[in-house]
Amino acid sequence: MSIWSYANPVKFLGLSAKVQPFLWGASAICVVGGLIWGFFGTPDDFRQGSTVKIIYLHVPAALMAINAWFMMLVTSLIWLIRRHHVSALAAKAAAPVGVVMTLIALVTGAIWGQPMWGTWWAWDPRLTSFLILFLFYLGYIALWEAVEDPDTAADLTSILCLVGSVFAVLSRYAVQFWNQGLHQGTSIPVATGGRSVADVFFYPLLMCMVGFGLLFLALVLYRTGTEIRLRRAAALRARAGRAA
Amino acid sequence: MIALLRRDLTLALRAGGGFGLGLAFFLIVTVLVPFGVGPQAATLSVIAPGILWIGALLACLLSLDRLLALDYEDGTLDLLATAPLPLEAALSIKALAHWLTTGLPLVLAAPVLGILLSLPGPGYLWLVVSLALGTPALSVIGTFGAALTVGIKRGGLLLSLLVLPLYVPTLIFGAEAARRGALGQDPSTSLLLLAGITLATIALMPFASAAVLRMGLR
Repeated sequence: MSIWSYANPVKFLGLSAKVQPFLWGASAICVVGGLIWGFFGTPDDFRQGSTVKIIYLHVPAALMAINAWFMMLVTSLIWLIRRHHVSALAAKAAAPVGVVMTLIALVTGAIWGQPMWGTWWAWDPRLTSFLILFLFYLGYIALWEAVEDPDTAADLTSILCLVGSVFAVLSRYAVQFWNQGLHQGTSIPVATGGRSVADVFFYPLLMCMVGFGLLFLALVLYRTGTEIRLRRAAALRARAGRAA
Repeated sequence: MIALLRRDLTLALRAGGGFGLGLAFFLIVTVLVPFGVGPQAATLSVIAPGILWIGALLACLLSLDRLLALDYEDGTLDLLATAPLPLEAALSIKALAHWLTTGLPLVLAAPVLGILLSLPGPGYLWLVVSLALGTPALSVIGTFGAALTVGIKRGGLLLSLLVLPLYVPTLIFGAEAARRGALGQDPSTSLLLLAGITLATIALMPFASAAVLRMGLR
């Protein structure tokens, strides 16, 4: 029983149907709980006042925006190497979720930036990289929509995802070179283990991050299931058309 | 390979519309900018390097959909794909032909247009150097975009959406080099990074382009 047996759409749908209620439930508890805890259970920041609380939306969304692309990269590779259709469809399903997360991160950042930095937008490296990531998502989704044959579409978008990843990383460093930043550095550097966020803000934030992660998983599983069923419906319709 | 290069160049020169069009577009964009931002020489000289880079980039983009579409329609691409010459090499040659007919004229025309935008004196040399180093990357990346959209009807707009984000690093380093040159600063760091991007894309992108073209032709 290896993980590859779930490349079979029937098995995948079976497992995802079993897992999904728990995922939805857990993500609802974490997101709602984390947000309520964050909004009402934590004190206002000494300098930022209550605007600090937007991080409970901003940071998890930004985190998932990047991880969604990363997941698409992995599933694209799996499609190119092992030709599992579920994998290609999962990449297709993740893209719109990723684009929404990117948009949430950009918009909440702008709303926070207006009172704090005095501007809605600055050409800061992090902001600019996110905008570029947003453009990459749009191109990727547009390519999926434009190609009619589903296998060709999966092939082309997979390669675009690989090439796009390289250029997205390149753009990240190019942008850093191009303009010095306004955005604060990483608050929770995983590598060093230290963090600059106080515990009282950190635990609800962690809860929100976990919740957004689970929410992303649930959405992707749900959307992948939809894509599989759409594919089946198209196959059935094609067969019925041939018989008639 | 030489025959293919000669064929592409001849087609581009004689078929009309392709060769001069990019240059004319570049000229028009440059002429329109002062109407948009005002004729003050001080303002223009600040933004000149960036405008010239963006103009060159857009002119390059404009000619991309002709790069493979015509050959796709008359079946030349299918022959190239089955020819003994590897598709990677054929696409590299096509990118080279595109650069010779689009990129190179843009590089040569840029100083003349720089006069129109009152580019500062030391800027001319670095503008030409940065464009000469950067435009090959634009052609090679553009070939990837053209290969990606070759089978798609009305793929022109999609092509821009796919290719423009990929142009970001090249534009940043290229325009930065030209800007620093115009201000009399040392542009060598940006130029080295730009050259690195160009060489890396020339080395690697033909493989990606050939891969997507094979998928698109299948």
